[in-house]
This record gives sequence, C-alpha cells and structure tokens, in this order.
Amino acid sequence: MADLSVKIAGVEFSNPLIAASGTFGFGREYAEFYPLEKLGGISCKGTTLEKRDGNLPPRVAETPSGMLNAVGLQNPGVDVFIKEDLPWLKQQNTVVIANIAGNTTEEYCAMAEKLSDTDVDMIEMNISCPNVKSGGVQFGTSCESVGAITAAVRKHCKKPLIVKLSPNVADIAEIAKSAEANGADALSMINTLTGMRIDINTRRPIIRNNTGGLSGPAVFPVAVRMVWQASNAVKIPIIGMGGISSWEDAVEMLIAGAQALQIGTVLFSDPYAPIKITEGINEFLDKNNIKSVTELSGTIKPW
Amino acid sequence: MRYDAQPFEILENTRIADGIFDMRVKNDVIAPLAVCGQFAHVYVPSKTLRRPISICDKQDGVLRLVYQVKGEGTRLMSQMKKGDSVDILAPLGNGFKIEQGKRYCFIGGGIGVPPMLYAAKQTENPLVITGFRTSSLIILQDDFKNIGAELVLTTDDGSAGRHGFVTDVLKEKLGEFDEVCACGPTPMLKAVAALCAENNKPCQVSLEERMACGIGACLVCAVKIKRDGRELTLHVCKDGPVFNAEEVVF
Repeated sequence: MADLSVKIAGVEFSNPLIAASGTFGFGREYAEFYPLEKLGGISCKGTTLEKRDGNLPPRVAETPSGMLNAVGLQNPGVDVFIKEDLPWLKQQNTVVIANIAGNTTEEYCAMAEKLSDTDVDMIEMNISCPNVKSGGVQFGTSCESVGAITAAVRKHCKKPLIVKLSPNVADIAEIAKSAEANGADALSMINTLTGMRIDINTRRPIIRNNTGGLSGPAVFPVAVRMVWQASNAVKIPIIGMGGISSWEDAVEMLIAGAQALQIGTVLFSDPYAPIKITEGINEFLDKNNIKSVTELSGTIKPW
Repeated sequence: MRYDAQPFEILENTRIADGIFDMRVKNDVIAPLAVCGQFAHVYVPSKTLRRPISICDKQDGVLRLVYQVKGEGTRLMSQMKKGDSVDILAPLGNGFKIEQGKRYCFIGGGIGVPPMLYAAKQTENPLVITGFRTSSLIILQDDFKNIGAELVLTTDDGSAGRHGFVTDVLKEKLGEFDEVCACGPTPMLKAVAALCAENNKPCQVSLEERMACGIGACLVCAVKIKRDGRELTLHVCKDGPVFNAEEVVF
C-alpha cells in the first residue's frame, strides 16, 4: 500500500481524489453509496451570496465522449450552506472545500469573509463558470481581471485559497501566473469549455441557455495540456481536472503536473469511480515501487 | 435512501412496436426494492450519461423496462443481447402514491404508457386510458387486459382505437374514478392536469427531463414547482419524477 496522501496549501488529503464542484452537490446523495471519507475531499456545489434558482431546463446535453451543462449556479446561498450543509460535511472525515461565485468582486469578498469564520478547510474561487450572465467567467479570462479579483479576495480570505481557472483563454500560463502573483495558494483547472449542440429538426439549441460547459473524456487532453503548461509557469500546487475517467487518466494528470485531482462527469456513469480510481492509482504505485503518490507529480519527460 | 448500481442479467430485449423495445433484467438484490412510478438509470457502454427508463413492471427480482429508441444511447440499448449483463442504478425517484379503496384512472401517452402498468397492478378495477400517435406505436394493450383493467385505446390519427386524444375520453369518464395518475408528453400532462383541476380530481403526473446523475446531485433536471405559495426549482430525479399536478408549473 503506497502513501496516497497529499498536502495542498497546508491541508492534508488522505488521497488525491476530490469530487468536483457542481457534480456532487453537498455530498449527501453520494453518501448514500459509500462513506465520503473514501474521498480525499469534496469541492461543494458553487455557492453565491444569495440563493439562485439557476437556468431553465434543459440544462444538459450529451456530446461525443462528454456532455454540456448549463445549470446556472442553482444553490441555496452561502448562509444556508454554512448553517445546514457544512456541519454535516465536517462530520464526514474528508476535506471540505467551499466553492464560491458572484456577480461582483464585493460579493466574492463577502463570501470569503463569511466562510473564513467557519470550519471549511479551503475556499475555491470559481471565476470560470460559463453558464451565468455575470459572476463567472468574465473574471477569469484576462490576466488583469484574474489578478484583481484574486488580490481582492485574498485580503478577506483567511482560508487557503484555490483559484479555479477557465480553459476559455488564450494563454493559460499567464493567467496562472497572475493568480499566483496575487495571492492564490493553489490552482484548480480546468473548468468546462464553452460548447453548443443544436437539434437539427427544431433548429433550437438543446440547452435552454443556448451554450453550456463541455466536460467529460472529450476535454481530457485539453486539461492535460493546460495543467502541464500552468505547472511549468507557477510554483503553487495545481489540482488537475477535466474528463478524468480512469486511474490511468488520473496518473497521467499527476505526471502532467497536478498534485491532486478533481473528478466529476465520470460520477454520472459510475458513482463508484472515485474509489476505483484511488485503488487503481495505489496498484500502479505498488507495481512501480513508488512509495508516495506525490512522487508522480510533474514527472513528465517532455520531448 | 440507499443507492446502488449493480449488474443485472438481461433475460429479454425484444422489439414490441415501431422503435420500442421490451427489456427484462434480473437482479435479486435491488430489483425487489422498486415501487411503481420509479425509474432505472441504465449504463450504456461508451456513453457519458446513463439512460433513465421508467419501470414498467416488477416481478421476482425482474424489472421490465419498455423504452423507445430516441438516440444513440437507446439504440445501443436495443442491441444488447439476452444473457448480457447491464449495469443499472435503481430504483430511483419517488413513485405514485396509491391509496387502497380508491378507483384510479391511469393515463399514458406514447412512451409514457409503460409506468402505468405496474401502477395499475397495485389497484382494484383500474381505468386505463392509453393514447398513441399512430397504430404502429401501440404497446402493452394485452398486459393491461390481463390485469383486468377497463382499457381505452386512442390514436391521434384514428389508425386504431378511438380517433382523438386521451383527454377526450377523460372528459367522458370524469364521474367514474377518484384520482388520476398520468405520464406522457408535456402538452398531454398539462391538458390532463387542467381537466382534473377544473373537476376537483386529484392528479399525479410523472415528468421527464434530461438527466445526468439521477440522484439529485448535479441539478440538471430542473422543474418549477409551486408549493406553499412559493415557486421552487426542484429536480425530476430526486423530488419526482411523480409530482402532484396542482404544484407543477407547466
């Protein structure tokens, strides 16, 4: 049995597998399959200062090797999360990451402040949601805006701060550097890629929001490339995600430069995927006489 | 509620109408837990999402899933063979609430007909109204007859049974039952719900929406529900698929 534990920004995870925000709710549903302590951590559903109802349905469409979603940040609001979900989550013996999104810098700061006074282990700042009119990706697509919001939230955030990056940018390395320079403790990447499907009979987009975020195996090579580029550009740890579906994908993402992993879309076809992937990583490490999963990170030998 | 996904053995997977298949799958652990109106979330190899299929019937660890080929996933399902294993997450959702002593009217439209069979089996002397676009799509008529239901068949084009909509029959039979359970296309459910509301008949409707997780975590299958004077955004998979028709914002 290899050592699967990883440390991100001072926070210890029992293994590198973290449930990705938006795919796992606040954990209660998947806790009906297995104890959540099997996961290294949970990144909770994106939370806003006030309750949001989200977009009209349909909110999902399958695509070749993936899916589009446009939920639109439906959530009960940060106060309800703190009062009703966090106490339960903290009993599950896994790292709890709050995921925050907002319309304005002030909203992000207010949420970071509120969450800093709670038991939450880390805060993941979502500046990359492609599915809301405001309060998402517009903060995440230029170095200036990423730097500005990271610096602002940093002042109010007493917890380790993860900045979740959008892949819908020209130069991910520059964006990553801007987040690091302005106080991010870690990066998580990638959020979904903006996409679209159209019903050829009705000529209507399948998703009511017209466009949605693409996830699943289709985006995996893009995610590996971006994690590699970002990890070459920054010193802070990277939580890699985007289409990880098997233990082989997980190992590949670690080798590309990730220190921990988030998985999401694969849960919809296999709710047990995090457990299977963790077991697969362990077997790979044992087979290759690697004592700790941390030894894999960034060991890519680029041509 | 415990959730589990397990392998089921395919006992049968045959075409019963134009583009409609009848699959019977066996699993002695989780199949017996199903109640009427729930659904099974079927894993299709190579696809990113499972396919939510209503439970048509249940007996001795066997679930019957009657489904329509609508896209790539259901096409692959239709090619699965007897003896193969299929991974199913089930049973999911909240089913129909059936009270003893009431006479029920079950209304199914098209591929909304299958869940009515297991529901009708839970009741005494059910009235079943089934509607289809055309004769080549008619399913399950013998099954309803075999359970002793009073059965009415309608087709939109008059190619079989009565020419017209299920609501035409419902209007005539309003005095003959206590409560309605319905599943089918949204315009049909909306019309049935309106008729029931006008005539003070309780009505339960089973809704459909594009789904991903099937358990209420990903929040994609949203539905607007009016409850206690407020409009809520709930989810078909976990809060439904069966809702009180009066609460649904169609």
